[in-house]
Amino acid sequence: MSNKQTLVVIGNGMVGQHFLSSLAGSAAMADYRVVTFCEEPRPAYDRVHLSEYFAGKTAADLSLVEAGFFAEHGIEIHLGDKAVAIDRAAKQVTSAKGLTIAYDKLVLATGSYPFVPPVPGHERPQCLVYRTIEDLEAIQAAAAQSTVGAVVGGGLLGLEAAKALKDLGLETHVVEFAPRLMAVQLDEGGGAMLKHKIEALGVNVHLNKNTTLIDDGMQCRHKMNFADGQVLETDIVLFSAGIRPRDEIARQSGLEVGPRGGIVIDNQCRTSDPDIYAIGECALWNGQIFGLVAPGYTMARTVVAGLSGEAASFTGADMSTKLKLMGVDVASIGDAHARTPGALVYTYQNGSAEIYKRLVVSQDQKHLLGAVLVGDAAGYGTLLQYCLNGIELPENPDSLILPQRSDQSVGLGPDALPASAQICSCHDVSKGQVCGAIEAGCLTLGDLKAQTKAATGCGGCSALLKSVLDCELSKMGVAVSTDLCEHFAYTRQDLYNLVMVGQIKTFDELLDKHGKGLGCDVCKQAVGSILASYWNDYILEKPHIGLQDTNDTFLANMQKDGTYSVVPRIAGGEITPDMLIVLGQVGKKYNLYTKITGGQRVDFFGARLEQLPAIWKELTDAGFESGHAYGKSLRTVKSCVGSTWCRYGVDDSVGLAIELENRYKGLRAPHKIKFAVSGCTRECAEAQGKDIGVIATENGWNLYVCGNGGMKPRHADLFATNLDKETLIKYIDRVLIFYVRTAARLQRTSVWMENMEGGLEYLKSVVIDDKLGIGADLEQQMQHVIDTYQCEWKTTLQDEQRLKRFRHFVNSDQADDNVVFVEERGQIRPANDFERKHFKLVEEAA
Amino acid sequence: MSSWIDVCSVDDLQPDSGICALVGGRQVAIFFLPRRQAVYALGNFDPFSRANVLSRGMIGDIGGEPMVASPMYKQHFHLHTGVCFEDPSVATPAYRVRIDRGRVAVQLPE
Ligand SMILES: Cc1cc2nc3c(=O)[nH]c(=O)nc-3n(C[C@H](O)[C@H](O)[C@H](O)COP(=O)(O)OP(=O)(O)OC[C@H]3O[C@@H](n4cnc5c(N)ncnc54)[C@H](O)[C@@H]3O)c2cc1C
Ligand code: SF4
Ligand code: SF4
Repeated sequence: MSNKQTLVVIGNGMVGQHFLSSLAGSAAMADYRVVTFCEEPRPAYDRVHLSEYFAGKTAADLSLVEAGFFAEHGIEIHLGDKAVAIDRAAKQVTSAKGLTIAYDKLVLATGSYPFVPPVPGHERPQCLVYRTIEDLEAIQAAAAQSTVGAVVGGGLLGLEAAKALKDLGLETHVVEFAPRLMAVQLDEGGGAMLKHKIEALGVNVHLNKNTTLIDDGMQCRHKMNFADGQVLETDIVLFSAGIRPRDEIARQSGLEVGPRGGIVIDNQCRTSDPDIYAIGECALWNGQIFGLVAPGYTMARTVVAGLSGEAASFTGADMSTKLKLMGVDVASIGDAHARTPGALVYTYQNGSAEIYKRLVVSQDQKHLLGAVLVGDAAGYGTLLQYCLNGIELPENPDSLILPQRSDQSVGLGPDALPASAQICSCHDVSKGQVCGAIEAGCLTLGDLKAQTKAATGCGGCSALLKSVLDCELSKMGVAVSTDLCEHFAYTRQDLYNLVMVGQIKTFDELLDKHGKGLGCDVCKQAVGSILASYWNDYILEKPHIGLQDTNDTFLANMQKDGTYSVVPRIAGGEITPDMLIVLGQVGKKYNLYTKITGGQRVDFFGARLEQLPAIWKELTDAGFESGHAYGKSLRTVKSCVGSTWCRYGVDDSVGLAIELENRYKGLRAPHKIKFAVSGCTRECAEAQGKDIGVIATENGWNLYVCGNGGMKPRHADLFATNLDKETLIKYIDRVLIFYVRTAARLQRTSVWMENMEGGLEYLKSVVIDDKLGIGADLEQQMQHVIDTYQCEWKTTLQDEQRLKRFRHFVNSDQADDNVVFVEERGQIRPANDFERKHFKLVEEAA
Repeated sequence: MSSWIDVCSVDDLQPDSGICALVGGRQVAIFFLPRRQAVYALGNFDPFSRANVLSRGMIGDIGGEPMVASPMYKQHFHLHTGVCFEDPSVATPAYRVRIDRGRVAVQLPE
């Protein structure tokens, strides 16, 4: 509409995109025609997780823009077009491609650029930076022809870049100008501990090094010369010496900028021109640039609120951070350097466990001003809440960092937090908002996350979120029933433990000891699955038969007309022509509708109950096994053709898929489990949408967990990288049995993960670090399942007694006359009601 | 009252599960609950899925009332009355069934 004003956004990075999506969800959207310039060749992506690009994530995975977003909201985006000038008098923006757009309001979200010190030689080839996907591509290409890499800068980003070089297989150096690592966030003690730990991981750290010249090396491409006369040879130089705001376009149009750069903004994020805003890393507020994404998001929301006519201000941001650097936990909170006058400091150092903790408290010892944690950052959430909310400290503040004695707990209960306390910093969700959502009916962690978005960013707050949820529920007096059903006042996990501890072997025994009534389809199936995964007995043993759903009872999948489908196992999707011919012959002989499944096998439909044994007799005689398509169990391990044939493949994905499928076939679980293995990062097997996904890389296998297709797709989480096969299998064993033991009834791995307190990090700590000390036990249970595997159809066919069940009538050999097929596209299909009537009439008449 | 029709031996019954018998042209699902030492008989036709499958459902109780869960879409039917728990306007016929000298017999309505 012509009466709309035009809003132009320059820069479609993380903050620019957050602005657009917040705007799209606000009332102000109706008032504006929105145009955005994006210098990069693709719309906004997740820079925070940029390093995962090296671990196999693609540009598409990292994208922050939902498909169709721009079209849906009528936003004009000019990709690969940089805004080059602002004419403030004429109120128009000109782009590099020659476009001129008149604006009513203008938002600058131009971000920052990596600072490259003007050392002579810095422009030599393979002297790179780390900020965009193109930068990473350049690093990857350079690494392929290098053996040594050096990062200039030992800050947060520099260490992350160092990890990337290390993972690319290079001998890695970090060169830092200051006398310690992460000088902004850490004090001397913390920095020293971090250096020690990082060196132990094989990265060389050089402190107090001022690079004065880069020229030709003898063994390597470059030689870095330092002020102290020392030198370092390297093939790649990666600059990570801080960021500088991209304020050139503002500067040139006469907007006020800071003495050391940055577009000056007020509390409403307005620049010196009231029609122009600046947000994100290009903006200078109160003399400060914020190099983190959360403050930028807050600025973006502030502008959206302002445009919607709401009062909102940006009043600074907390710069506390917690991260894992090369597997080392590091956290810094508030005034880590004790710059507040009168501040007192407590430190705790444990040399053998390599843990360093420092607390900075106010003179009266009542309030926490800051903290540094290295090696163990578990206390971060609690300490941050003390600091941000001015909560009074316990009498001995050092109890917060001293190792915990078992009889005391120093965690801050969620009750102690004020409603204004921020729970999720990524999406700025307060405790008050969380409590509101709980009152409105979000009673599970999954619902709460979906409703409030809390814990859906970095996920660091999910444990805190869960504790708020639990606390609120018990306060509201809502006894949330986690009982499985009316027959068992236990969760599935409880029942699993009861079975394990009591070594219970049958449903009747469990019902007598721990339940009441007769049971029902809910608890019988759940217990049937528990018993099957723990003992792995034949599921059609007498005591178990009533626990099985019809699919398990008849070892086939019931279809809408009461007939069944039949799916033999084709491990990894690999099959010889001869075996394929057998399938064709069986399908033809029994006139079965035949279809290829998404799991790379063949599915026969329309088998009558009484036909199942004969069909399976032919299949097992030819060497086929049950495909367990009927069970809540391992289904398929899909694979791409891999390095054997594919010209891009780096490892034998088919071989691994077959091995995995044969290892885990028959494993019963709370729900079905699907795997896939891809032979390279092109990911043709779609492993990242599976419960367990494996992708080959040059350096080993990358393991993804808890993905899902289906109704609610979930991208799998990258769990571990560059694994050898033995470690890969060990991790999969542990993840699967831990899932089998702890998931709720009919919970897929994706939902299990979403609801897991502590999320991915917790699962890693259990599986990789063996935090609970159950690793060996999990593996042993898996080994038992593997050792006791049997093809259920083979066993069934050997038993006349059991085969008697496979007939429609106990007292007649007739077939079910309600099952009627018609032909379509050359195969059978169930008749619809109309056809069925007609068909029967015709038959009777004939 | 019509007469009892002999169907099968008690050994043909499946403990905690069902079987289907052809009785006077009708499909009858017969369930055996050993914990209650009881047998029940309902029509085998599932009114929701319109398939002859109830005998292949799982059995148990809801609030102490004996029931079978349809294997297709999981509605529950009362084993005495055939009335659906989720939607009492829907029912499957219930038949009388007895065990006599090791034989199972069903009685059809007039
Ligand atoms: C490797 C790495 C790891 C990081 N880790 C973390 C972390 O753990 N936690 C955290 O909080 N932050 C982290 N950050 C910082 C975070 O990525 C930034 O704070 C965030 O990206 C800032 O968003 P922005 O939109 O201001 O800038 P950007 O995301 O840089 O977006 C600015 C965009 O504007 C474009 N642009 C600039 N000028 C123009 C123009 N004239 N015309 C058109 N387009 C233009 C740029 O090309 C760019 O695409 C990390 C950054 C990196 C590089
Ligand atoms: S994932 Fe890689 S190896 Fe597998 S088929 Fe695709 S390109 Fe080839
Ligand atoms: S997607 Fe729906 S219709 Fe298709 S097979 Fe799955 S459940 Fe059936």
